[in-house]
Amino acid sequence: MTRFVLRRLLQSGIVLLGVTLVVFLLLQLVPGDPVRVALGTRFDPETYEALRSRAGLDQPLPVQYASYVGQALTGDLGVSFRSGRPVTAIVLERLPATLSLAITAVVFALLVAFPLGVLSALRSGSVFDHAARVFSQFGVSVPDFWMGIMGILLFAGVLGWFPPSGYVALTEDPVGWASHVFLPAVTVGLVTASILTRFIRSSVLEVLAEDYVRTAEAKGLPTRVVVVRHVLRNALIPVVTVVAVQLASLLGGVIVIEVLFAWPGVGRLTYDAVQARDYPVLQGAILLVAALFLLVNLLVDLLYARLDPRIRVR
Amino acid sequence: MNDETVLSVADLTVTIGTRRGAARAVAGVDWSVRAGETLALVGESGSGKSMSVLAATGLAPRAARVTGDVRLLGTDLAALSAARRRRMRGRHVGFVFQDPMTSLNPVLTVGRQIGEASEVHLGLTRRAARARAIEMLELVGIPSAAERVDAYPHQLSGGMRQRAVIAMALVCEPDLLIADEPTTALDVTTQAQIVELVADLQRRLGTAVVWISHDLGVVAGLADTVAVMYGGRIVEQGAVDAVFAEPAHPYTAALLAARPDPDANVTELVTIPGTPPSPLELPEGCAFWPRCSVRGDSRCERELPPLVPVAAGHQVRTFYPRQTREDR
Repeated sequence: MTRFVLRRLLQSGIVLLGVTLVVFLLLQLVPGDPVRVALGTRFDPETYEALRSRAGLDQPLPVQYASYVGQALTGDLGVSFRSGRPVTAIVLERLPATLSLAITAVVFALLVAFPLGVLSALRSGSVFDHAARVFSQFGVSVPDFWMGIMGILLFAGVLGWFPPSGYVALTEDPVGWASHVFLPAVTVGLVTASILTRFIRSSVLEVLAEDYVRTAEAKGLPTRVVVVRHVLRNALIPVVTVVAVQLASLLGGVIVIEVLFAWPGVGRLTYDAVQARDYPVLQGAILLVAALFLLVNLLVDLLYARLDPRIRVR
Repeated sequence: MNDETVLSVADLTVTIGTRRGAARAVAGVDWSVRAGETLALVGESGSGKSMSVLAATGLAPRAARVTGDVRLLGTDLAALSAARRRRMRGRHVGFVFQDPMTSLNPVLTVGRQIGEASEVHLGLTRRAARARAIEMLELVGIPSAAERVDAYPHQLSGGMRQRAVIAMALVCEPDLLIADEPTTALDVTTQAQIVELVADLQRRLGTAVVWISHDLGVVAGLADTVAVMYGGRIVEQGAVDAVFAEPAHPYTAALLAARPDPDANVTELVTIPGTPPSPLELPEGCAFWPRCSVRGDSRCERELPPLVPVAAGHQVRTFYPRQTREDR
């Protein structure tokens, strides 16, 4: 098991290195001069050159890249062109907002999708099943920003139950955090719930047709035992992957939703960094997202080995 | 009805609703099996042999409509609630299905899968059920049972898995064992071992067995009585020796003729021309008529022959039993 983890960590490191290279090269292709953006409209050539060389932008590309990776290994992701603050600090201070939104959204999605998906599979063809399918079709097809706007209009505007936007840290004021996280989390979570409902339904239906489920029924086990021990234990293995992919993509920051709800997360940071051509911050944000994605995938692999005995031997 | 009768089925029909109409998988079947006896249900795929047994024990697919009188140990199963029927099935009937690769749950240990029925039906604790599972694994001849009890199905070979499935089926000491083509998915040497194992266990435990098969060789050595099914109906039934020695139905005769003879130096296998009828459009008359070598007259096409005795305990569903044809 330790060897497995070490091997996966090494692989993750290589992938991260690849990510830095791709991001670095992509940013070279993006039009716009970050130094000019940072300096505004009026500046003299000396200031321009001074800032350019301080940021290392006058060096050849391979040198720029090598020094970036070298510093990144020590945790130094450079300084923001705009604010001059260290990128590592800027990115990490946005993490709690994104983490709390993503996790709340996924928990909400699971609370909705699990009973919906399982019940509609167990009663496939019933009115409940059709209703669940209409719901998930709706959630998948309606754009999340539109649902977000409707949510703000209804729950913040008309009913006044929740604040329309903004963020309060969970550690400072849990109640305030909860009331602020509700609308964005539900907006994001509904989309995730729709995807998960469909997936859970088809996964359960597939397992229900398996021979070993008939074997379990032949043994005369109570329906509850057949469903929980024999159907769900098998049906949920692939669901773990989909939940993880959803969580990982939410951890990348839901840019539109974070902007819409003025949620100061990584998505919002990425958006602002693109606007300001703040390359170091953008690189840092993308690197963080990639690292989180790899981490979630590593955890999924470990979880898989626990859930499916067939994987342990391989 | 005899007191010893374990399972009896009378006028059982199974109709399955499909998009293309109602399919009659089983069209009025009667059979019974007594304690310690082995009944073989023989027929081609789709003849209704498996479906009749699954329907009788309440395991038919949801889309199936089942009618008829089914009595397990004298109890009318239709009169029971679903929960009591389920308990009765689990306690008194054990099942061995065709493919041990797919009939075991891949994420549970074999010990757990063997023991769980005894927890539910015999009230054993989890620990006692595990001990019982080890006992059962020993009974079915799995070496180092105390270690194998914690193995997952994928860690066992096909033959071992089928032994584990048999252990699972017998854990509550059922009165009836249903074996649905239990050797079809296994290689030839393993097949013989499994057949021998079931025969041996039956002698020791006195269990009644319904053996569903298309392998007449296995049936000849194992069964006491045989029912040959075709197109959802029994076309011939009786004591194995009588039916095999003097098959009265042209279909049974053709099946026996189609058996490859290991001693003869044959280059070509004998086949029955044509294909079995679709359960969606069963003919009005004899279902075997289009493929029949005797092919009496148009009566066969129009009218369903009744199941009539040709000898004591030997019945056949044809207007032209073989003896009659030979007499002519």
